[in-house]
This record gives sequence, C-alpha cells and structure tokens, in this order.
Amino acid sequence: MSNHLPAGGNGGGGRAGDSGLRYPSNGKTIYHRPLNRTKTAELSKAAFAYLFAEMVSYAQRRVTGIQELEKRLNLQGHPIGLKLLDLLLFREPPRSQLRPLNIIALLHFIKINVWTHLFGRQADRLEKSSNPDTPDEFMIIDNEPLVNAYISVPKEMSQLNCAAFAAGIIEGVCDGAGFPARVTAHTVGDTAGEGGEMWPGRTVFLVKFQPEVLEREALIGAKS
Amino acid sequence: MSYYFAIIGTQDNPLFEYDFGTSKQGGDGMARFTEQARQLNQFIIHSSLDIVEEVQWTNGQMYLKLIDRFFTSYISCFLTASNIKFLLLHQPPSTSSSSSALPHPSSSGSSSTSTLVQSSHHPPTSASTSSLSVIPSLSTLTGGSNSSTPTLIGGGGTSSRTSTSIAANPTSPQTEEAIRNFFAEVYENYVKAIMSPFYKTNMEIRSPVFRARVAAAGRKYL
Repeated sequence: MSNHLPAGGNGGGGRAGDSGLRYPSNGKTIYHRPLNRTKTAELSKAAFAYLFAEMVSYAQRRVTGIQELEKRLNLQGHPIGLKLLDLLLFREPPRSQLRPLNIIALLHFIKINVWTHLFGRQADRLEKSSNPDTPDEFMIIDNEPLVNAYISVPKEMSQLNCAAFAAGIIEGVCDGAGFPARVTAHTVGDTAGEGGEMWPGRTVFLVKFQPEVLEREALIGAKS
Repeated sequence: MSYYFAIIGTQDNPLFEYDFGTSKQGGDGMARFTEQARQLNQFIIHSSLDIVEEVQWTNGQMYLKLIDRFFTSYISCFLTASNIKFLLLHQPPSTSSSSSALPHPSSSGSSSTSTLVQSSHHPPTSASTSSLSVIPSLSTLTGGSNSSTPTLIGGGGTSSRTSTSIAANPTSPQTEEAIRNFFAEVYENYVKAIMSPFYKTNMEIRSPVFRARVAAAGRKYL
C-alpha cells in the first residue's frame, strides 16, 4: 500500500500539505500527548450535565418515538465504549493487562474499570438473569446513574431513560471485546423491589448477548 | 534482518503496513525484501490470521508471541483489547536465501526508494561503502582490499556479527522481549490514534506522524 509508493512525506517528520493534515500551531499532535491522566483530572459535573442536556435535545430532533430517541442516545455512546476499552486496558498495569475472555470477566471490567473511569465509583450490582429461558441476559445495576442526575422525564415520556447513552457505552465495550450484545437501560425505581423506594432512579442495564457468544463461552468452558 | 509490520482490523482488513530493516549492528534500517517477497509477505500475514483466531480465546495476554512460521519468515502477534491485530513478520538473514537477503547494490538502491524511513535517496555506491566502514576488521581479514565485492563482505559480516543478536535468533527470549517492547510502543501510539474523535474502528491509519512513530519504535528496538 502507501509505503510501497515512492511518494514523499509518509515517512519523514510529516510536513503539512502533502497529506492534507493540519497541524496545531504549537506543533503538538495527539501523538505528543500522554495517555495516562493524573488522578485529579476530573471534569466538572456541571459541564457534563450541560453537555448531556444538549445531547439529549439534539437526539430528540426529528425522532418520532421514545424508542428511536433511545436508539440515538445509544448510538452516541457506542463509539465511546469502543475507544474506552482500549484506553482503559492500556492504563492497566502491565501485569493485569488481560483481554476479557469470558462474559464474567468482561462484565467485571465494565462494572469496575469503566464505571470508575466514567462516574467515579463502581456500579452497584451485577446480576445474571434468573429466568432459565434467557441465559444470555445479564444485568448491571446502578442505583442512581450520574447521567440522569439532572434529568426529569416528563410524564408522557415515562418510558424514556436517558441512561440509554450509558447503555450505548456498555454496548461499545462489549462489541469491541468480541462479545456482540444489545444493551438497553430500564428504570426500575418505582417497582417494589428491595430498596426500590430508596433509589427512585435505579436503572438496570440489560445486556443481552448474541447467541454465538454463549456458544463460544460453552466451547471455551468445555476445553479448560 | 527484514521486518514487515501490519495492523489488521476486526474484519481482517489491513489498516496499516510498514516494512523496515534492522537498525542494530550497523544495519541501515532498510528492508531487504525482493519485490516478490513483498507481495508474498501479505499472504503469509493473512494466512497467520487463522492461527491468531485459534490462540486468542485461550490466552488473555495481549502479546501472543511467536505464533506462526513460514519457511524463514516468523510471525509475532499482538492483539489489542478491541481485537485489532498487530502482526510482525521477521525474516532473519539466511545463507540459503542469500539472493534475497544480501544487500547487493541493485536491491539496496531499489529499496531505498521504496522504503520511506530516510527521505534522502542513497546511491548504491554510498550504501556499499557504509557497509564496509562498519566492518573494518572483516575487510582486513579478507585481505584488506576494498576491491573485493561488497556483497560478499556484507553478507559474511551480518551472519558472523549477528549470531548473538536478535536478528539471527528469531525464537530467543531476547528477540521476544525486543518485539514486545516494539509492540508496546506501537500500541501506545495506536491508542492515541484511535482517541481522535474522527477515527472510527477499522479505518485505515494514514497519519504520517503515526508512521514516523512506528519507524522510530522499529529503529529503537529491532
């Protein structure tokens, strides 16, 4: 491909112009910046809330229903998940830099690493569907999702859960790791479960893996 | 020692490729692949993708080490979290395939135009004199005459001097470690590349800065 062609500019320090690439005025590209962040480098919650409110209203344009709105929010989160997977594994210490090989390892990675990175704490619970008909369904439970902190859903849209955005991030992580899945966010705060009235905003992220994931899981389990 | 490095996406599509030679032991960082071998390399890399798929679910490490071998070509693999494959084909200089491995003037002239590490074009004469200057002891052994063919001295020099180096022992732990370091550095730059909001999975990486970074990692470790 391109490095077999004798065209200039590909191998050298990279001059602007011949690649159509624009350089920042200080000459520092993304390759010059470190990937590890300092512990204290956190974003303000207010800035996030403002941005997320804009994202929701942007997704709300030209949609006909709640389903479609949630799908758009999901799509906004998906590429973030794909990239977070690589970034967070890169930041792991070399000894524990392991690719998740089974569903449990993957969900633990999401519950602990992804959640801590995004929301500053772990997800509250991890559950497997107790229904024997749906062994492909897993649940990540967050008692009060940060994304919903400043969002009050109007009555006529009570089905909507804006944590569909976070669900999209989870879906991106799963897809990237080779575990294709559908992830949806559901509010269960008002149903009378244990502590249901304590956490009115409790959200369940339902992770439904594709059949081939379970098939492979069974094969790997049988081998080891 | 010649290397061919490729990044393969999740759909077995190539995202990036780069070939280079060793920079250790006075190597000039040029790949010594013939035109035919260049094209063959892509097939070898592609065929070893099957082995990657076999190994990837039994080993959670990112660096899968040496996974495949095709005659004198050895393939090492590094698998990122999102199943992007880094494959490095390395070919030790061998006497059996001397026609392709030896840096005779015509091949070095052609490879300096096709390999883009060095922007300046080396005429064949300067390449042969530089290979002579790094092995002065050998040239005295062979009679000290500069009139002897540079191909012979260059070939003998690489095989005798690199017997303990990473180039001659593709399966040694030192080689494994050097390739691990190379992959780690490329991985860091790869993660930086995908952090760009304009980059989507399985897009070709065209950044000249990325290419320069890979070249620098190759010079540093291999």
